Amino acid sequence: MPELERHSFDVLVIGAGGAGLRAAIEAREHGMRTAVLCKSLFGKAHTVMAEGGIAAAMGNVNSSDNWQVHFRDTMRGGKFLNNWRMAELHAQEAPQRVWELETYGALFDRTKDGRISQRNFGGHEYPRLAHVGDRTGLELIRTLQQKIVSLQQEDYKEFGDYEERLRVFQEFTVTDLVKDGDRIAGAFGYWRESGRFVLFEAPAVILATGGIGKSFKVTSNSWEYTGDGHALALRAGASLINMEFIQFHPTGMVWPPSVKGILVTESVRGDGGVLRNSDGKRFMFDYIPEVFKDKYADNEEEADRWYTDQANNRRPPELLPRDEVARAINSEVKAGRGSPHGGVFLDVSTRLPAEEIRRRLPSMHHQFKELADVDITAQPMEVGPTCHYVMGGVEVDPDTGSSSVPGLYAAGEVSGGMHGSNRLGGNSLSDLLVFGRRAGAGAAEYVRAMDERPVVAEETITEARATALKPFQQEGGENPYTLHMELQQSMNDLVGIIRRAGEMEEALQRLEKLKERAQSLTVEGHQQFNPGWHLALDLRNMLLVSECVAKAALLRTESRGGHTRDDHPSMDAEWRRKLLVCRASGDGAVVEEKPQIPIRSDLLDLFERTELEKYLTAEELS
Amino acid sequence: MSYQGKFRVWRGDDSGGALEDFTVEVNEGEVVLDIIHRLQATQAPDLAVRWNCKAGKCGSCSAEINGRPRLLCMTRMSVFDESETITVTPMRTFPIIRDLVTDVSFNYTKAREVPSFAPPKDLAPGEYRMQQVDVERSQEFRKCIECFLCQNTCHVVRDHEENKEVFSGPRFLMRVAELEMHPLDTADRVDQAQDDHGLGYCNITKCCSEVCPEHIHITDNALIPMKERVADRKYDPIVWLGNKLFRRS
Repeated sequence: MPELERHSFDVLVIGAGGAGLRAAIEAREHGMRTAVLCKSLFGKAHTVMAEGGIAAAMGNVNSSDNWQVHFRDTMRGGKFLNNWRMAELHAQEAPQRVWELETYGALFDRTKDGRISQRNFGGHEYPRLAHVGDRTGLELIRTLQQKIVSLQQEDYKEFGDYEERLRVFQEFTVTDLVKDGDRIAGAFGYWRESGRFVLFEAPAVILATGGIGKSFKVTSNSWEYTGDGHALALRAGASLINMEFIQFHPTGMVWPPSVKGILVTESVRGDGGVLRNSDGKRFMFDYIPEVFKDKYADNEEEADRWYTDQANNRRPPELLPRDEVARAINSEVKAGRGSPHGGVFLDVSTRLPAEEIRRRLPSMHHQFKELADVDITAQPMEVGPTCHYVMGGVEVDPDTGSSSVPGLYAAGEVSGGMHGSNRLGGNSLSDLLVFGRRAGAGAAEYVRAMDERPVVAEETITEARATALKPFQQEGGENPYTLHMELQQSMNDLVGIIRRAGEMEEALQRLEKLKERAQSLTVEGHQQFNPGWHLALDLRNMLLVSECVAKAALLRTESRGGHTRDDHPSMDAEWRRKLLVCRASGDGAVVEEKPQIPIRSDLLDLFERTELEKYLTAEELS
Repeated sequence: MSYQGKFRVWRGDDSGGALEDFTVEVNEGEVVLDIIHRLQATQAPDLAVRWNCKAGKCGSCSAEINGRPRLLCMTRMSVFDESETITVTPMRTFPIIRDLVTDVSFNYTKAREVPSFAPPKDLAPGEYRMQQVDVERSQEFRKCIECFLCQNTCHVVRDHEENKEVFSGPRFLMRVAELEMHPLDTADRVDQAQDDHGLGYCNITKCCSEVCPEHIHITDNALIPMKERVADRKYDPIVWLGNKLFRRS
């Protein structure tokens, strides 16, 4: 057996998207020796795909905006299931996190008076999203990447070594967390390039691994999104909440087949784009739910006036929260009013001059032209729902990001609670920054206060190595690609945007069979840069996380946000008071109910009583 | 609408390799990366390829298709004739790791050598004021997805390993230009560009701009203006005389 490569750090960050990088910066600035482990190259994480912007109540475009308004919008978007403390911290701190990016070198689009420009987005009462055209995620990731480089340059000046206090290990995948008793002691994984194993010893680990979209067939997520952090947390003994809530973004590309699912930014609608069915009708007016009737226009004239006069008109219904728009599109297609390739039409060409479209939506223009031969300045796009984001994740302490396992932290999409049952567009990038920073500080504080560092037992390493090598040890077993495709098809068809008890029961049966078959996966070749092997290891995570999603979705007998039950179509105030908590048990997952912590009274006072009546029980209101 | 496409894909590692022939199904609307994925799923499960977003946004799947540096995910199969054999090889300028995957660490080393944004000391976060017209120049360069195709194609390093030490390549010379044109950056970047990053090696053949998937005008908008600033500073006879007389720099 070759000698195991070992490294020792104070804080280990798994994932190098917005949350991971912001956490690493914070931990390093708290004096911790910090490592970032990322599955891809540094700077390629999925954050790069974010388009629309970062929600922060800076009030640059409309001075009526403030954190209280942002908090209200976030709670409404999540149908009041959100962890209110997270929503509060998020709304309060987002502006500072955005301004801080400017000191790292970010260049946002500007207002006329030279401030950061802010754009409209679904569910946000005022123009609130700081943006750079429609490539805000790229700006965010590059800015954080460059901040990390600048910290490394400081270390170079001081110590003659760029990596003295902050090191990035790229194309590295973690397969297991290791513990000492009940505490975190580090992580075990492999270099993608060589397949060699590495043990990282660290008393604190921050999970920032993003989402789980690769368990679904139609998704806007990249190959990395295999629920690694969710599964690592479960196997380490932590709990997940809200796993039944999956966001299907209303507008993904539907044609050509090879790009099906790729995101079409909500900015298209924020900037005036409208949705039409095959009859040419702007159908969203038919889908305004009762709880939003006073905030959204019920006729085209008023909706159109809103773009220039927001004070005296209600918003166009195209800008309803994402869950509402996705369901509406789904219904139109099912009713036979879809576009030729099974979507609906999203048209900005008749709404803005061509030059303006190219300026505001350059990457959409580019994407459709290059991939679909569609010129969005002259033609409508065809769009349909795509699996985009998981609201559920590791149950964390809002202030520090710590999980129930000492030393284990989580931030960003892999954590749960902040967005409740549905996330508003733009609230993800701000979530990454606010809670990435908090987790970095939380982990640093934990390490500082610790008396004795944990120790990794040798048998833990032997076991982790054996698990990772298993797919090479068997011959004549299943092809991981085939299993993956079957998993994606099952989740898409049976635990997708509209759910029914019978279908989810079938999904769980299929998952059991897939789990069994996954025991005998076979991969060809050797450990060096072997995608078949990588997929075989990722599948273990996808199967565990998919089981959580299906089990929680089956239990929640109501419809709310990113969880729509055909057999339980309405929202139930009693269910708002309950969280579904997933834990690992044997080789599967168990799900239990847990009561929500009641919303603090001063936060409840930010809402009109008539609005609260739509969400809360009579008992809570009394 | 499907047909059997003919592919030649380079397979091997740092000890050597060769082009391997494949016949594989091609469907309407597909891109080259789809075909590589189909090869992985059906014929060559250990075929190594780097990719992430499959939407031209992350810059991971850079390679050479029929000898031209391109993103695999943004190259549509419809641009080729059905009878054509399509050759896919790794980027030539960087060391091979395996199959289509190369060691791009050269770029991360060069990135570290560019001094970071130097913010104004007298402005607190939230106090930055810049005009759209002034940020637009640097914003163009920040569209870069770091696919490194410009680095790969640049002849200064493509066939000249010996220049890698002193030449940062178009991507990072553009980064210097981006900071130089940042309205609030306080550092002086002009001498650095020439002395530390090898701007003088660039002879503006515009190959980098030609292969840029983001259509950034690397040469026209970043490299040439930087060269002009260097010329003004270093080679203007009056400035030269002034520097001599007043012992500046």
